[in-house]
Amino acid sequence: MPIVSIGSLDQTRFQELVTRKRAVSAVLSTLILIVYFGFILILAFRRDLLALKVGEHLTLGVPVGLAVILSACVLTGIYVAWANSVYDESVRDLVDGMRGKAK
Amino acid sequence: MNEFTSTIGQPNAVSIGFFLAFVAFTLVITYYAAKRSRTASEFYAAGRSVTGLQNGVALAGDYMSAASFLGIAGLVSLKGYDGLIYSIGFLVGWPVIMFLIAEPLRNLGKYTFADVVAYRLRQKPIRVAASCGSLMTVAFYLIAQMVGSGSLVKLMFGLPYEMAVIVVGAIMIAYVLFGGMLATTWVQIIKAVLLLGGATIVVVMVLARFDYDPVNLFDAAVLRYGPKVLEPGGLVSNPWDAVSLGIALMFGTAGLPHILMRFYTVPDAKAARKSVFYATGLISYFYILTFIIGFGAMVLVGQDVITGFDKGGNMAAPLLAEVTGGIMFLGFIAAVAFATILAVVAGLTLAGATTFSHDLYANVFRSGRSTEEAEVKMAKRATVALGILAIGLGIAFKGQNVAFMVGLAFAIAASANFPALLLSIVWSRFSTVGATASIAVGAILAVGLIILSPTVWVDVLGNAQAIFPWKNPALISLPAAFMAGWLGSVLVPDTDAQAKYESQRVRNYLGVGAE
Repeated sequence: MPIVSIGSLDQTRFQELVTRKRAVSAVLSTLILIVYFGFILILAFRRDLLALKVGEHLTLGVPVGLAVILSACVLTGIYVAWANSVYDESVRDLVDGMRGKAK
Repeated sequence: MNEFTSTIGQPNAVSIGFFLAFVAFTLVITYYAAKRSRTASEFYAAGRSVTGLQNGVALAGDYMSAASFLGIAGLVSLKGYDGLIYSIGFLVGWPVIMFLIAEPLRNLGKYTFADVVAYRLRQKPIRVAASCGSLMTVAFYLIAQMVGSGSLVKLMFGLPYEMAVIVVGAIMIAYVLFGGMLATTWVQIIKAVLLLGGATIVVVMVLARFDYDPVNLFDAAVLRYGPKVLEPGGLVSNPWDAVSLGIALMFGTAGLPHILMRFYTVPDAKAARKSVFYATGLISYFYILTFIIGFGAMVLVGQDVITGFDKGGNMAAPLLAEVTGGIMFLGFIAAVAFATILAVVAGLTLAGATTFSHDLYANVFRSGRSTEEAEVKMAKRATVALGILAIGLGIAFKGQNVAFMVGLAFAIAASANFPALLLSIVWSRFSTVGATASIAVGAILAVGLIILSPTVWVDVLGNAQAIFPWKNPALISLPAAFMAGWLGSVLVPDTDAQAKYESQRVRNYLGVGAE
């Protein structure tokens, strides 16, 4: 990575990028916290809900547990998809801008 | 259901053959890796040459220990649904790593997470505090793994306990000492592929007997052991304890030094992010497999047979392998379990050795003025010393109840390592005193409360009544660590560190200047 000076950074756009990234991280972190601690709190205080039958013997707990596992995969997937496209592109623009101005 | 006589515990030519093949193959890899493990960046971080996919598989390998394979399959086979609760807890730490830790860690640090915490702050106090948190986490995790490995190998191969611990320790030292991170990474990758492949085959063979429908398997379990096996049971008797355990599992993963260190093996933040995605997917898949393996063992092997071999249920998966695939397959699964132990202890030892040489020796003892050559030399000495210590501790703790130690490692990681790491990334006013206080309070509370908890005060020390009511302290110790970090930073601010935050932010978000 060639050395670039921070002074030539487009501060407004950088600030926007930081705000957006923090918002995405915060929303997704909150979602996984809600999903997981929702599950734990149901488990802790309303266990009977997970024991409800959804099949002949199958209980609601099994599909709900699988859904928690899948939600972890889906949320990380959403983050990667967003970061790989939108975020990386903005980063590239900003870094190119820094180099351009530094020349 | 026919009872069967298992060959588990008798030296089995097939398993020994598989195991020797694994060791021979991985030592050949170590030999080639040795040529590329000379500089610090090569020894600690595989020269940053690992791809996102490779690192994702290796992360999964680091995380899928023998304890989670044999232990969770066993727990499910005996307790049913409750086993799944643990799996979910171990999994949900990964999105946290993804959203909050992975990219900043990669962009700001060099070899350890202490690099990130110390980025703007005063090096010496932070390095010493972070090293304590790091080494405590590694030590407790390592003791649990060594003791577990001795007992498991004894159960499966009939090898004497001490012998098993020495064999594991010696091979592991060879990987790390000669092959550094590159060899350790490839050992993890090979082991992860074998473990996932082996578990997949077991699941397919189990489901083949139930028309490939897991619901039929669950129904068979209910018919044999009652509806309780599909309901949440007594594992979470105290609601607050359940929440506390959840916090430790969720945030502890993001504070495990051997996991965090892996992010330095990839070239950039983008690869770091991809590797978390792959790891999350593989670990999810693995836990779904262990759930089915557990139920398979419950139905096809039987709970009484499983507890006949090991009260904790650890032999459920190997027994199921024998029932479904015969001695050949038992041999394969036993060898995979042994390989799993080897790979996990290698990763832990490397993380511990790096803390000694990079954080304590190079940055504290030599104040950052040591040569790279001297640092690598110190890392190798630390590897040998830690390996021998691990063997010694494994033998010293023989027959002791060490089940609480994994929980303890997660509690310290969640309370001492995670809050300081997160605050150093996101909070410009985080100060040296705040960071030191956060790590100290988190570590002391985590250890102190576990000693006073039922798991140590009653189960290990034999007292009648626990002083602290919960088995897990994280619900207290994690918020307390954040509070201490805030209070210390407000009372003793660090103007130098605040001034450096802007450049840290640019490097964090843009990767400019990342190593």
